[in-house]
Parts: sequence; structure tokens; C-alpha cells
Amino acid sequence: MKNIGRHLGSGFLALVFLFFYLPILSVVVYSFNESVIASQWTHFSLKWYFKLLDDTEILDACRTSLELALATACSSVFIGAWIGYVLANYQRFRGSTLFAAMVNAPLVLPEVISGISLLLLFVSLEQTLGWPQGRGMATMWIGHTMLCVSYVAITVQARLSAMDKSLTEAARDLGAPPLRVFFDITLPLIAPSLVAGWVLSLTISLDDVIMSAFLSGPETTTLPLVLLSRMRLGLNPEINAIGTLIIAVVSFGVVINSYYMMKREQRQARYLRMAVLSNSSEGRLAHAPPA
Amino acid sequence: MATPRKPAADLALWRWLPSGKAWAIGLPFVFLLVFFMVPFLMVLKISFAESTMDVPPFTHLLALEHDKLAISLNFESYRTILEDDIYLAAYVSSVKVAFFTTLLCLLVGYPTALLIANARPALRNLLLMGIILPFWTSYLVRVYAWIGILKDQGLANRLLIYLGLSDTPFALMQNTFGLYVGMVYSYLPYMVLPMYAFLVKMDTSLPEAARDLGAKPWEVFLTITLPLSFPGISAGCLLVFIPSVGEYVIPELLGSSQDLMIGRVMWSDFFNSIAWPLASAATCVMVALLLLPMVWFQRVQNREPQTA
Repeated sequence: MKNIGRHLGSGFLALVFLFFYLPILSVVVYSFNESVIASQWTHFSLKWYFKLLDDTEILDACRTSLELALATACSSVFIGAWIGYVLANYQRFRGSTLFAAMVNAPLVLPEVISGISLLLLFVSLEQTLGWPQGRGMATMWIGHTMLCVSYVAITVQARLSAMDKSLTEAARDLGAPPLRVFFDITLPLIAPSLVAGWVLSLTISLDDVIMSAFLSGPETTTLPLVLLSRMRLGLNPEINAIGTLIIAVVSFGVVINSYYMMKREQRQARYLRMAVLSNSSEGRLAHAPPA
Repeated sequence: MATPRKPAADLALWRWLPSGKAWAIGLPFVFLLVFFMVPFLMVLKISFAESTMDVPPFTHLLALEHDKLAISLNFESYRTILEDDIYLAAYVSSVKVAFFTTLLCLLVGYPTALLIANARPALRNLLLMGIILPFWTSYLVRVYAWIGILKDQGLANRLLIYLGLSDTPFALMQNTFGLYVGMVYSYLPYMVLPMYAFLVKMDTSLPEAARDLGAKPWEVFLTITLPLSFPGISAGCLLVFIPSVGEYVIPELLGSSQDLMIGRVMWSDFFNSIAWPLASAATCVMVALLLLPMVWFQRVQNREPQTA
């Protein structure tokens, strides 16, 4: 009876994973298909990848997307870590509820709403201050940063809340000024969450469609915008090829990352064992009768 | 105030400058106000403007005429939304699609989260990575992938014909079916991950104790596991429901033109007919609609900050 339950469970999970991975697999397989009709398999070919190399629209959009994503990741980590620090260290201040709400809301707010509102802000700013002139890289940068900041803030906040408070307290008691405490103690301890936030922001920005659609200018389009405009026309083997490249890069990154995480955990476990061992041997020495 | 008196020398100018703490809180606060709160007020303002053919395509609310400040609020846009059937239908169908997407994600996601949380630790991490990995790959490409599967000559239809279950291809996309497949596919990880976080942290001694005391498996589930994972369920449901109300890409690529979702209506008002005041008013109504679930989400977030 129990076995039947377990088999049912495994079968269910297998179906869920099939549902998750079948579409991804089909994109990869059909990117190597020679035929123009994307769902009719003829024979293996790399011709769509070579076609990508000549497609200046896609190459330009790739460059824009990468530049934008790198800029967004850096700005989001800077501002998001700051916000996370405030959330973790100052629980109650005037306007703290509004502050927390402005951090949490973008996590769920439909992007159409934030896209329209930022666009209207920029249009009004242009009218009154003369900046930004039209839309383009700068406006998309701010928009993407607004998308990512909350994720970074919450990751950093969680890390800071889990951190041992006695470390910073000890540093302060020993006379370190607040900034010194931050750079010598807090920053190294939250570094992993900063890296995680940076990578997450990079992928959110690379993937974003709606914010970019509202905030992009006539000369700057991102890769997802080009892809969406081609997808509206239906299947296209070139999209399969670029999709496969994206999937390959991401999977490579995730595998490398989890390998290093595993290594780090193993190293930490080894240090812990060594510390325990050396402690207990010291203890034995201390208890040994003086010669 | 019981603060001790300071010597007069301390009353220098620098004391009137904000403290370090005030700077630390104030700067990000101002950033969020300028780029999150003010844009909303802008939308609210423009929703009361009149549509024009100028650049930008709306009128000012305030005007100084003959030394008199005139405020003109135009409720035209809101009246259009109330009276035009397209808007009402779009709001109703958006909420309906979001509701059923949430329900389907819950029905598939809860057993998934439960099974992963109960798996052996080594397998558990692998399965978890399997849920997260698609999440990192391009969302647009994953939605696009379904076109290849669901279209008339797609994989699904060719499989059905090959198995002899059908002679003619079924319409699997550009209809409600395709829309829900895409929605559930894209939003399922948002449901599974917060529920998993709660289920895996759960104290396993409680269900064990209940079993030892003779409770049947379904009794253990209903009285212990389910109530204890409730915060995870509500977080997951809100993470799926709220964004899916405004979804644009999936209905555009996989849904039919009859399933008008409000995101698409706003998009076309904005880009195709340049009716900015109308789109702004539609945005305000949508925010009002989502305000209650968002306040709920805020409370869930504050209760358990680690699960985000």
C-alpha cells in the first residue's frame, strides 16, 4: 500500500518535470533542424546558428541587452543592498511601513503598471526639466533597476537577519567607526547574497519585455523586444537557435554555481571538523596534569 | 523631552545637519519615492486629463488664466471604463484567468512541493534545482516553445494523430486552453518555491506524533501538514495571482483575441491608439483592484521575511 503511494508520487513528479522540460528540450532539438518549417524534422544542420551571425538586428539587440543588464546588475546591487541594510537594521522609523511597502510591492505588481507609470514620469520630467531627452538606454536602465532592486533588498535583508549580531557588536565595542564595521565585517559576510542579487538582476534585466517596451527609444531595442516582434509572426528557427544559446549559457552558469556551492559547503564542513578536533585536543592538554 | 541640556558650543551648524542614520534611511527612501511613488501619482494625475493630439498626448490639469488658477478634472476616461463593455469584460476575464491559473498552480504545485520536501536530502536539492533552472532561462523563449508544441502541426497534434486518437489536428493554442497551459507553465515555480520553503522547515515530529497516536494519513495531512503550510500557500497564491492579472506576453502569444486581458487592452490603448489618459485610468482601476491582495501580500512578507 505504501509502495503504491510512493510510485504514484514519483510518477506525478516525473510528469511535472516532463511538463517543465519538454518545451525547453523541443527548442533545443529543433534549433538543429535543417527545415524552414520549424516543426518538420528533416536533418541535422547548424545553418540557423550561422544565420544568426549575419543577423545585425539580433546582434545589435544582444549588445544593447548585455550592456543594459550589466549596468542594471551593478546599480541594483548597490541600491538594493542599501535598502536591505535599512530594512534589517532599523525596524521602526517614521514612514517605515511605507518604506517596506515600496520594497515589497514591485515583487508582485504587474509590470504593465510600473512600465506605464515610469514612462509617464519620464515624459513629465522631459517637459518640465528637459531630461531625459526621449527614451533609450538611460530610461530603460532606471526601469530595470526598479524591477530588480526589491529582489536584492530582500535577499540581503534575509542574509543580514540571519547574521550573527555579536560580530558587529564586538567590532563596535573595540572602537571601530560605523563605516569601518560595515566594510570590514558586514560586507564580507553579506558578499554571497550580493553575488546572488547581482546574477538575479542580470537575468531579470536580460529577460525583461514589458518594462523595455515602454521605456525603449526608437534606436535602442533589446533582444527580448526583437524576439517578441518576430514571435508574433509565428515559429522561426532562428529564435530556436538563440533560445538554445541562452539555455546553454544559463545551464552552464547554474551547474558551475552549484559546483562551487557544494565545494564551499564541503570546505566549511572540513574547517568545522578541524576546529572541533583541535578544540578537543587543546581541552585534553589543558586538563593534563602539569609536568 | 528629558534630553539633557547640551553646552552652547555644541549648537554648531553641523548639529542641524541630518545624522548618519537619517542619511542611511533617507537616501534610499527618496529613491523609492521618486521612482516608485511619484510615477503612480503621475498616472493618477494623467487619468484626469483630456486626450489631445499633442506631444505628449494629454492636457494639463492646472492652468493659470487671467490670474486665476483653474483646475480641470476630466472624468471622461473613468466614464469610458465604466460604460464601455470592453473594459468591464477585460477586467472580469483577467481576474477569472488569474483565479483559475492560481487554482491550477495550487493543485499541481502543492503535491510537487510536498513530494520534494519529503524526498531524500540529496535528491531534494537536485529536484529543487530542477524547478529553479527553467526559472533562470528566458521566460520569452519558454513561452515561445509552447507554440512549437501546441500549434496545428505541432508536436502534440502530431503525437495525437500518430497514436490514432484523432484524424484532424485539435486547436490547442490561440484559445483558452493554450492560454492556461502557458500561464500555469510560467507561474508554477512561483507557487512551488514558497510552499516548499514552509514544508521543508516544518517540524517533522508533529506529524510523527500524530501518526503514533493513531491518526490516519489523511487526518495527519488535514489537521497538521496543511494548516502548518498555510503561510506558504497564501504567499504562493499571491505571487501567482497578482502578477497574472496584468499578464501581457502569454495571452498575446498563446491566447485568443477573444480572451481580452486588461494588460493587452492597456497596451493597445497606449501604443496603438495613444489614449494615454484612458490607459492611465485603466491602470488606476487595476491598482485599486489589486490593492487588497497587495496589502495581504505585504503582511505575509512581513511575517516571514526569509521565504522571498
